[in-house]
Amino acid sequence: MSQATLEIRAISGHSGSVPGAGVRREFDVCKLIDTTTCIGCKACEVACLEWNGLSFSETVFNNSYQTMPETQWNYWNLIKFNEHEREDGTLQLLMRKDQCMHCEEPGCLIACPADGAIVQYVNGIVDFQQDHCIGCGYCVTGCPFNIPKFSPTARKVFKCTLCVDRVTQGLEPACIKACPTGCLHFGTKPDMKALAETRAKQLREYSGFENAGVYDPPGVKGTHVIYVLHDASNPELYGGLPKDPHVPWAVSFWKKPLKWIGNIAMIGGLLGVFAHYLRFGPKIEPADEETPRQGGAAPRTGTRDPGGRP
Amino acid sequence: MSATAILANGRVLRYSFHERLVHWLAGFSYVYLLLTGLAFWSPWLFWIAVVLGGPTASRELHPWVGLIFVFATLLMYRMWSRQMHETESDKEFWRALGHYVRNEDELVPSADRFNAGQKLLFWGFLWCGILLLLSGLILWFPHLIPWSLRYLRYIAVIVHPAAALLTIGLFIIHVYMGTAMERGAFGSVIRGDVSTGWAKRYHRVWYEHLLRDAAARK
Repeated sequence: MSQATLEIRAISGHSGSVPGAGVRREFDVCKLIDTTTCIGCKACEVACLEWNGLSFSETVFNNSYQTMPETQWNYWNLIKFNEHEREDGTLQLLMRKDQCMHCEEPGCLIACPADGAIVQYVNGIVDFQQDHCIGCGYCVTGCPFNIPKFSPTARKVFKCTLCVDRVTQGLEPACIKACPTGCLHFGTKPDMKALAETRAKQLREYSGFENAGVYDPPGVKGTHVIYVLHDASNPELYGGLPKDPHVPWAVSFWKKPLKWIGNIAMIGGLLGVFAHYLRFGPKIEPADEETPRQGGAAPRTGTRDPGGRP
Repeated sequence: MSATAILANGRVLRYSFHERLVHWLAGFSYVYLLLTGLAFWSPWLFWIAVVLGGPTASRELHPWVGLIFVFATLLMYRMWSRQMHETESDKEFWRALGHYVRNEDELVPSADRFNAGQKLLFWGFLWCGILLLLSGLILWFPHLIPWSLRYLRYIAVIVHPAAALLTIGLFIIHVYMGTAMERGAFGSVIRGDVSTGWAKRYHRVWYEHLLRDAAARK
């Protein structure tokens, strides 16, 4: 699959058209994470740090495999562990590799006010351009997956790039390259979707996971990172994967109706006062009719409006 | 104790130096906040942030200038809040608003130091300022809001622009009236004084109060 070009589909904070959009045909890329074959080895975490040149972050110990609570601005790929007690009393160690989901409808990009700070390529990758980022953190608010993280040192926001630099060269993302069990796959969205559905069917029919299924949430018009889950009816069990993620209602309201109401009101207000001036004109400063009781100076009249109406 | 008085030259001191200074502290900080805020409001206005020293600088400075604006607003509250309480004649003013708009000022009830419209401006900016401050603090440090409290961010991204839009409405009318519409008003907030005719027409209750003060002092 050729990914040699990076045609842009959407640009954050951008006025006017998107240059080159819809010109070339490109594949939708997709990462498939099969949580049922993940062994929690964290090779993907290390590969992510290695490839992206990030230093290792401080870890915490809380009596589990969870070495840090969530992804960080310089730690984009984190396996979320959950020791889940099933109804029959048995334990199930749920492991989910957490990273940017590369939404088809990216809340971060919708919320972003900075021109070109977030771009969505035609192949589906949502990428932050830190040289255009202004560090406002609106993307943090727009994301339904808690992914963009603000760096206090750089004063900009960072997240998983889906190794866009590798993908453009026809390579798979670093995490996929490192996975020893083959639970990570990379390819076109239709291929990965088909593979995921096959695996889910296998889990349902042969492994006794009746609720096994594919996580490709329609609320954000699908994602370019999809999961196979043993229990697709309870994605929250997998380290808080939202059941029905969508661009937050507040962000949609702010960027669509509120913006249009505000624009119309502001322009209407300016036109309104201008029309008032044309129709009624100014209130002419009245002439002083009498000398005030205090002081003996002669009253000044019409001082600042010599050209005013009588 | 009154900051205003009838001057020896026959004009009337409407705003003291301190009041004018605070007004323009609020005014200039508000204009900066308005311009940078509009730059982040619409991609079509993003160039404003570029002109004002770059979008990153605008994002960094907007909250700090916001604190200056809030400070100025608090000073205004201290200066003017007692003169801003609604009175019976304010209700009459709103009933006579049509006359005021059509410049039939002789049919508008006489006002004290501030008329009902100025009171609306004052309280509108004060309450919106409080909302802008609270939501602005969240937007200043969105990354410090934990995921479990993310609804605070959702509230903030609605409240901040909504309150700003209300102040913009007030601001448009305020600037229009202060510069173009009500001749003599702009000088009152620059040099501080107005003519007696102006004082009598727009703020007769206040003016007569000043006359009584002056007579009592004699």
